[in-house]
Amino acid sequence: MPYLAVSRIEKSFVTPRGTTHVLGGVDLALEESEFVAVVGYSGSGKSTLVSLIGGLLTPDAGSIVLDGVPVAGPGPERGIVFQQYSLLPWMTVYDNVALAVDAVNGALPAPERRRIAEEFIALVNLTPATWKRPRELSGGMRQRVAVARGLAMQPKVLLMDEPFSALDALTRATLQDELLRIWGKRRSTVVLVTNDVDEAILLSDRIYPMTPGPGAVLGPAIEVGLARPRERRHMSLSPAYQKARQGIVEFLRACRRPR
Amino acid sequence: MSSAWTSRVVLPCLGIASVLVLWALVSQLAAPDLPGPLKTWVESRRYVVEPFFKDGEMNQGIGRLAFYSLVRVGKGYLLAIAIGTPLGFLLGLSPGFHQSFDPIIQFLRPISPLAWLPLGLVVFQKSEPAAIFTIAVCAMWPTVINTAVGVRSINQDHLNVGRVLKLSRFKMLTKIIVPASLPYMFTGYRLSLGIAWLVIVAAEMLTGTPGVGGFLWQEYNSLVYSHIILSVITIGAIGFVLDRLMGLVEAHFKTT
Repeated sequence: MPYLAVSRIEKSFVTPRGTTHVLGGVDLALEESEFVAVVGYSGSGKSTLVSLIGGLLTPDAGSIVLDGVPVAGPGPERGIVFQQYSLLPWMTVYDNVALAVDAVNGALPAPERRRIAEEFIALVNLTPATWKRPRELSGGMRQRVAVARGLAMQPKVLLMDEPFSALDALTRATLQDELLRIWGKRRSTVVLVTNDVDEAILLSDRIYPMTPGPGAVLGPAIEVGLARPRERRHMSLSPAYQKARQGIVEFLRACRRPR
Repeated sequence: MSSAWTSRVVLPCLGIASVLVLWALVSQLAAPDLPGPLKTWVESRRYVVEPFFKDGEMNQGIGRLAFYSLVRVGKGYLLAIAIGTPLGFLLGLSPGFHQSFDPIIQFLRPISPLAWLPLGLVVFQKSEPAAIFTIAVCAMWPTVINTAVGVRSINQDHLNVGRVLKLSRFKMLTKIIVPASLPYMFTGYRLSLGIAWLVIVAAEMLTGTPGVGGFLWQEYNSLVYSHIILSVITIGAIGFVLDRLMGLVEAHFKTT
């Protein structure tokens, strides 16, 4: 059984205007230390998938098993980096990260927990901003804090819900490079959900395209054959990149309904 | 002369001057018993210039009277927020509690202080606790309602952070729910203080306790009408200052 096994999960939302069938049997599997991306159009149900794996929502059918344990409700072993950062605005950068460290390492002595929090802040290059509040930071810096908080949960799998989509293009590229560097160091297990094909290719080992909803499913996985460590500059010329990109774009185009 | 200076100093002064003129005209032409601005000042001079003199229980400087009223309001107000804040949290957090008690709160909220005070006198037998009870029971509602709204409008993402971290109920409350609702709570506190100060006059009038409101009623009965105006101006000035002070506190919590 894979490290994270998502099998046949379905999810519908009941609204006053009727029932919306969002996910129609999604399968996803990844091994420890893999970086997997889910790519699809906006509104296809990617965030719902993240919330389901994160345990914030309960699937109508199907199962999610992480490291042999079925998922029931949220927990820090499935850390989430939210699209809208979701930093607590009344806390400093340090307190936001320390909240996560303390939640999972409650048994450790205080100086040790402090060291861990500082280590994760340093990992995202935010040591000078340790005592600032989120409103004093740029969007890119806020999302770094959110990444540091997600990593500080030391999760079995880190779920990233379009983490960079709210950022401008230049900042987005910088943060993608940062994430690439950090992942190279730590080899965390990551599920990244995005609508940016290039982002998915740059960062992940394998990409699942998601069909547009309603009743979205994941298409066959496309392996990204790019060697690591990767560099953005050389990427677009490599045949492996072009093959992966073509595979995804063709799949998404083929399943798009005529409008 | 800058336009900022004009709009912040000159125009308000013009407004005050025009009200003074209107007041003088009304006292001259329409209501001969109403003292004009000059007469009011002459007869009130000692109360303002020596604000803390005391000739007897009911003849004291306006500062001393205001102090009595402020202490009384302070007690009633602290009681109001001490009861109102937890009540607001319960209403915001528990749908069952909300469904049980929201109707009765909406029913109690519009009841006038003039109606509560006699009940307070019946229950407590003494005027001082009855006045404090009346202030508390009237001033509590904005705190209750704003706190409940604040708790209910917490950003779902912030709550999700707490859920993912599996925070204990206590940590969820202290780290997320209370800080997130602080701006709403302080809006409630400011409105509550305004009401507490409104109620003081009625409470003191009916109980005859020394304070600005008691003084106002006593001077009406003694036919010293200029002192009524002195009391009214004092009440307005103190209410204005209290609101501004609470506004500063509220602004501090808004930005965080």
